[in-house]
Amino acid sequence: MSIRLEHINYIYSQGSAYEKHALKDVSLEIPQGQFVGIIGHTGSGKSTLIQHLNGLLIASSGALYYNGQNIYQDKYDMKSLRSQVGLVFQYPEHQLFEVDVFTDVCFGPKNQGLSKQECEIRAKEALELVGFPEKHYSQSPFELSGGQKRRAAIAGVLAMRPKVLVLDEPTAGLDPKGRDDILDQIAQLHGQTGMTVILVSHSMEDIARYVERIIVMNKGTKMLDGAPREVFSHYRELEQVGLAAPQVTYIMHGLKERGIDVRTDATTVEEAAEEISGTLHFLRGHR
Amino acid sequence: MVQARKLVYEYEKRDDEGNVIGMNRAVDGIDIDIRQGQFAAILGHNGSGKSTLAKHMNAILVPTGGTMWVNGRDTKDPRELMHVRQSAGMVFQNPDNQIIGTVVEEDVGFGPENLGVPTDEIWKRVEDSLRAVGMLEYRTHSPNKLSGGQKQRVAIAGVIAMEPRCIVLDEPTAMLDPNGRKEVIRTVQELRKRRNVTVILITHYMEEVIDADQVYVMDSGHIVMKGTPREIFSQVEELKKYRLDVPQVTMLAEELRRRGISLPRGILRREELVDAVDRYACMLKENQS
Repeated sequence: MSIRLEHINYIYSQGSAYEKHALKDVSLEIPQGQFVGIIGHTGSGKSTLIQHLNGLLIASSGALYYNGQNIYQDKYDMKSLRSQVGLVFQYPEHQLFEVDVFTDVCFGPKNQGLSKQECEIRAKEALELVGFPEKHYSQSPFELSGGQKRRAAIAGVLAMRPKVLVLDEPTAGLDPKGRDDILDQIAQLHGQTGMTVILVSHSMEDIARYVERIIVMNKGTKMLDGAPREVFSHYRELEQVGLAAPQVTYIMHGLKERGIDVRTDATTVEEAAEEISGTLHFLRGHR
Repeated sequence: MVQARKLVYEYEKRDDEGNVIGMNRAVDGIDIDIRQGQFAAILGHNGSGKSTLAKHMNAILVPTGGTMWVNGRDTKDPRELMHVRQSAGMVFQNPDNQIIGTVVEEDVGFGPENLGVPTDEIWKRVEDSLRAVGMLEYRTHSPNKLSGGQKQRVAIAGVIAMEPRCIVLDEPTAMLDPNGRKEVIRTVQELRKRRNVTVILITHYMEEVIDADQVYVMDSGHIVMKGTPREIFSQVEELKKYRLDVPQVTMLAEELRRRGISLPRGILRREELVDAVDRYACMLKENQS
C-alpha cells in the first residue's frame, strides 16, 4: 500500500498570467504504516503536494503510484482511491454540516454506498478512535468546543476506513492542551491501526515529537527528507527557507559551543533532558 | 490605559425555537489595569473568555455588568464610542477577514479616512504606518498576493494609521507559519518601543509572551493567574490545569531539575538555559579539583 511519486510537476493556471510552478520534479515513496511529517513555509508547495495524494489535483507531468498502480492511467478507480486516502483539511470543522455529530460522521460511508447499519458501525468506530465522548453523539456539531469539533471532523474521514490519513495542520487554533490531545490521539490511532499518517504542521516541536520521517518542502521542491534528528541537524539551511529547528536543538548546539560535551541531535524535550543530565552526571561521577 | 472593574459579560442561551433557556457568563467579574506603554499578554484555553474580554477593549461588546474604561472613557457610554475605537485598535486572527482594500495603501488609508482625517494627512499616515511594519515597498500591491504574515502586518498598519494608543491583537499569529509569526511579533515589539503604544496580545503560543510586562491567565471567565512571564511560567503544574503549557525551554529546564540538576525556576530563553547549565557544569568541575 505504498505511495510513490515519480518526477511530479504541477503548474497552476498553465498558459495564463497567473501561471505558477507549484511542484517541481518531486519524487518520493511513503511505505504503508509510516508516520510522516511535512514542513515548509506558506507557499512552499506542501498543500499542493498532499492534494495529489488522493487525486484531487492531477500532476501536469510525472506519475503517482498507489499500491503499485499508476493513478493517472485510463479507467483508474479514483473513487476508491479517495476512500483509501483520507484528507483532513485545515479547519475541517468548517465542513461539518449535519444536524448531529453521528449523522455527520455517517456521511462519508453513506456516500461510499454502504448500508445504514454498516455506516453506523463505522461511525461509532471512528468516533471511538478519536476519543469523542458518546454522550455528545446526538449533539449539533456547532455546539461543540473547538477540540471536539475537530475530533468529529477527523472521525468523518476515518469512518471511510482509509489506509492513509493526511492531516493539514490539525491543531491550528487549538489551545495547548487541545493540541496535545489531538496529536496524542493521532499517534495512538497510528499505533493501533497501522494506518499511514501524513501530518502537515508549522510546529517543529510537534513534528519532532511524533513523526519518524520529515519531508521538507521549499519552493515546490523536496529540500530534505529523513529522520527528524537528521533533518534538524540542517537547522541553518532550514532557517534560510523560513523554517527552524525545535528550540531544544538550539540549546544543544549552544551547550556544545560552551564546551559541554553533549550530542547535538536531540529534537524533543525528553531526549535533550536525558542527554544533558547524562553528561552532567558523568561529570559529577568523575570527582 | 485599559481598566476594568468587576467586568461581567452575559448573554442569553437560546434553543432552536429562539426561546431563552439560560444565561452564559463569558466574563465573570474581571479587574484589570493595563498602563500606557505596557505589553500585556492574555492566555487561556479555547472558550476561557479571553476573546470576549478583548472585544470589550474597543467596544465591540459592552459590559452587562461592571465597567470598562479605555483611555479613561467608559465604553458603555455611546457618546464615547468614537473616542474608544480610536484609542484602541484591534487585529484579529484571520488576515483575510480584515483586509478590504484592493491595493495595500488603500486598505491602510481606510481607517483614517473614516475618521475624517484630511487627505494629505492620510497619505502621510499611510506611508508612516507601512514603513513602521516594514511593508512600504508593497504599498501598490494587491493584498491577496501577500503571505499570511505580510497580510497581518498590513492589518496592523491599518490599525496604527488611526494612531491608537493601544493595539489589541486577538491570536494574530494562529494561522501563520513560523516565519510569519516571528514577523508579526517583531513588528509589534518595534511599534511598542518606538511609539510607546500599549500592546495587548492574546495567544496560544507561550513563546510569544516571554517579553510581556504582565501576563494574565483566564479560565471560565475569571483571571486565575497574574504576574510576570517568569512568575507565571514557574508554575508548570498550575498552567497545565488550565490547559496551557510553558515554553519548550522552560519545560526542558523543569525536566532537568526533575533529574536532580539544580537550575533556577522560570527560565524563559535559550541563552538563559545554556548559561545556567554551563554554570552548573563549571561548578561540578570545580568540585572535582
